[in-house]
Amino acid sequence: MGKRETPATVAALQPGESGIVQAVGGEGALHRHLLDMGITPGVKVTLIKTAPMGDPLELHLRGYSLTLRRADAATITLREADA
Amino acid sequence: MSYTFALAGNQNSGKTTLFNVLTGSNQHVGNWPGVTVEQKTGVLLHHHHGDSAHYGAPSLFGRHRMQEAGNNDVTIVDLPGIYSLSPYSMEEIVSRNYITLEKPDLVINIVDATNLERNLYLTLQLLELGTPMVIALNMMDEVRLHGDVIHTDILSERLGVPVVAICARKGEGVDELVRLAMAEAEKHHVPPTLDLCGGALHKALHTITHLVEPKAKAKGLNPRYAATKVLEGDEPMQELLALDEDELHIIGEILTELERTCGMERAAVMADARYTFIETLLDKAYIRAKSGDSAEETPSDRIDRVLTHPVLAIPMFLCAMLLVFWVTFGPFGTWVSDGFSALLDAGMGAIAAWLERAQVASWMQDLLVNGVFTGVGAVLSFMPTIVILFMSLSILEDSGYMARAAFLMDKPLRRLGLNGRSFIPMIMGFGCTVPAVMAARSMSGRRDRRFTILLTPFMSCGAKVPVYALFAKAFFHEHTLLVMCCLYVLGILMAIVAGLVLKRVLFHGDAAPFIMELPAYRLPTPRNVLRNMWDKAKDFVQRAFTVIFVATVVVWFLQSFTPHLTPAATVPESMLGLLAGAIAPIFAPLGFGSVEASTAVITGMMAKESVVSTLAVMAGVDMESAAMVTALQGVFPTMASVCSFLTFVLLYMPCVAAFAAMCRELESRRWAVLAMLGQTGVAWVTAFVVYHVALLMGV
Repeated sequence: MGKRETPATVAALQPGESGIVQAVGGEGALHRHLLDMGITPGVKVTLIKTAPMGDPLELHLRGYSLTLRRADAATITLREADA
Repeated sequence: MSYTFALAGNQNSGKTTLFNVLTGSNQHVGNWPGVTVEQKTGVLLHHHHGDSAHYGAPSLFGRHRMQEAGNNDVTIVDLPGIYSLSPYSMEEIVSRNYITLEKPDLVINIVDATNLERNLYLTLQLLELGTPMVIALNMMDEVRLHGDVIHTDILSERLGVPVVAICARKGEGVDELVRLAMAEAEKHHVPPTLDLCGGALHKALHTITHLVEPKAKAKGLNPRYAATKVLEGDEPMQELLALDEDELHIIGEILTELERTCGMERAAVMADARYTFIETLLDKAYIRAKSGDSAEETPSDRIDRVLTHPVLAIPMFLCAMLLVFWVTFGPFGTWVSDGFSALLDAGMGAIAAWLERAQVASWMQDLLVNGVFTGVGAVLSFMPTIVILFMSLSILEDSGYMARAAFLMDKPLRRLGLNGRSFIPMIMGFGCTVPAVMAARSMSGRRDRRFTILLTPFMSCGAKVPVYALFAKAFFHEHTLLVMCCLYVLGILMAIVAGLVLKRVLFHGDAAPFIMELPAYRLPTPRNVLRNMWDKAKDFVQRAFTVIFVATVVVWFLQSFTPHLTPAATVPESMLGLLAGAIAPIFAPLGFGSVEASTAVITGMMAKESVVSTLAVMAGVDMESAAMVTALQGVFPTMASVCSFLTFVLLYMPCVAAFAAMCRELESRRWAVLAMLGQTGVAWVTAFVVYHVALLMGV
C-alpha cells in the first residue's frame, strides 16, 4: 500500500486496503447496528470489493464478510496511523 | 418433567438445520403473539446416549420416531435469527422478551464456529439474561478441516456454561448437546455474571445495577441485564423499568462521565467491552493452524470472486434466474408434472369408475367427478411445478447466494426507494405471495416492509402458472417458455412503475440502512431443502383440500342451480352465471366480456389456480383434452383478448390467502383493501392498453 496516507473513512478505502476503525458514526439504529455487527473502535476492516454498480461495499472484519452502503461506510472514521 | 428450550443464534448459524434435527417432523409454525414474526415450535425427538449417528439419519417425511418417556415433552421454541438484543428490530425484541418474560427452562445458543468472534457477541448478551444455557458450537467439521483447534473446555470455563462441538448438518454431537441441555435444565444452573470489563465501565455498570435492582427484580428481570440495557441507552428497557427523574438524572451523570473517560459513545463502550472480552477469550481458546492475516482466500472467496465479479455478476445472476425457470418450467419440470398428472388422472378415473359401479346418487357423482375431481385435480396437477420452484429458491437461499443477490440488487432497488433486502421477498413472490409477504418481516422499518409487500404481488406467483400454461398450450403452441417470460417481465416492469409512483406518492424518504452479513457459501443440506419442499407441498395440498375444495364445491353449486334452487340447464341461467353476467360488462372493454371469463376471474380471487379449473368445469371438459382448447377458443375469440386476459390475471388482486397475509403484515386492513383495489385497477388499465395495442397491431 506504500506510504500514502490512510483514508479518513471506510468509504474511502480502495479494494484490498485495510484500516483500523477510529470512531463509529451514524444515528440511532444505524449506529447500534454497526456496533452490533462488530464495527467497534480499534477493529481492523478490509474493503474486499464493491458491488458491480459501485455500491454497496463488501467489508471483511472479525473473520466474516459484511455488506453496507457507501454512505453509511462514510460515517466510520479510520485511525490516522498505518496498520 | 416437561421443559421448554429456546433455540437462539445468529442468522446463517445453522439454526434451522439444528431445529430440524432436534424436532424432526414434529413442528408447528405460528406467529409470536401480537407481532408478525414467525414462531416455530417443535417437540424434541428422543435421544440415545452415545449413539451419535442417530440424528444424522436423513429421515423427515412425517416419520414420527418412537419417543422415550422422560423427554418426550421437551418443547423447542425456535427464536428468530438475530445478531444482537438491541431494540431495533421486531426479531430482537421478540427474542429478548421471550427469554426474559416467558422464562424458558433453557436457552440453546447455536454458534457458528467458523465465525466465532461475531457469533459470541450475541452469546454474551444471552448470558446476561440469567437463563440456564448451553452453547452448541456448530460447523466444527469446517474448523477442523482448516486444521484449527477450538478448546471448548476453555470456552466453557470462561463463559460459565457447557459448550458442545456439533455439526448439525451431519447430526454429530447433537445427542451430547441434548444430554447436557437436559442436565442443565434439571439443575436449573444459571450462568454466572461475567466480568466483561475493568475500570470505568465496570464501575458505571456496578453503580447502575445497584440503582435499578429493585425495579428490575420487581419486573422479574436480571438486574445486571437491565443495567446493561440502560447503559446502552435502550429505550424499551427504560420504559419497562419506569425509572423516575432522579434515577434518570443520576444515570445520565454516570454515563456522561463514562463517555468522557472512554472517549466514545455509551453503546460503543459496551459493544467494545464485549468484543474485547471475546478477543481475549479467543486468543486462548481458538488456535489457528495458519497464523497471520485472517483475510487469506477461502474457497468461498474464490466462488464469490466469480459470482460478484464487476462485469460477470449481473449476467450470472440473470443466468441463475433463468436456470431456476428452466428447471421449473422447462423439460424437467414438464416431465415431472406430466408424470404426476397421469398418476392423478389414473387415480381419479379409478374412483369415478368405482362410484359408477357402486351406484352412488347421480348428483353426488356429478359433484365429485365434475366438481371436485375436475377442480381439485386440476390444481393438484400443478403441485410438482410449485414444489420444484420452491426447491430452487430454497437451494439459492441455503447456499448463501440470495444474500449476494441482495448485494447486487441493492443499488437498483434503492432507485425505487427500497433496499437489497426487499429483493428476497420479491424473488419468493415468484413462488407464492403468502410466504413472500411474510418474508418481508426480516426488514427493519415499517416503511420498507409495507413498500415491499405492496410490490410483491406484481411478481407472478406459482399459482398463476397453470393459467399461463393452459393458455400457452391452447393459443401459442410451441412458445410456452416465451409467453411465460413475457408475462414475468411484464409483472416486473409493472412493479418498477408502481414502485416509482408509490415512492413519490406514499413512501417519501429513504429506506432503512442496508447492513447485512454475506455468509460463506455452503452446499445446501438435502434435509433442509427437502424439509422446505415438504412444507410447501403440504401447505399446497392443504389449500387444495380446504380453500380450493370449498371454492370448487361452491362454484359447482352456484353453477348447477338457479336462484330458485332448481337444477340449471345451462351456466348462464345458474346463480354464478347471473352474478358473472352482471359484472361481465366491466371486462367487455378488455375483450373478454363473456360469462365464462368473468366467472373465472371471480373464482380466481379464491385461488389463482381456480381460473383454470373454473374454465374447465364451465366448459364441462377435461383440462388436458383437445375439447378444452376448442372451449377456450370459443371464450376468447381473438388473440388480443387472450393477451388481455393473461395480463389481467397476472396483475389483478392476489388470492384470499395472500390478502389475509397482507392484512396481517401491512398491520392494517385498510391498507390491504386499498392494495387490492389498486392492483385490480392497475390490472384493468394495463389489460385495456394491451388489448387495444394488440388490436391495432392486428393480432
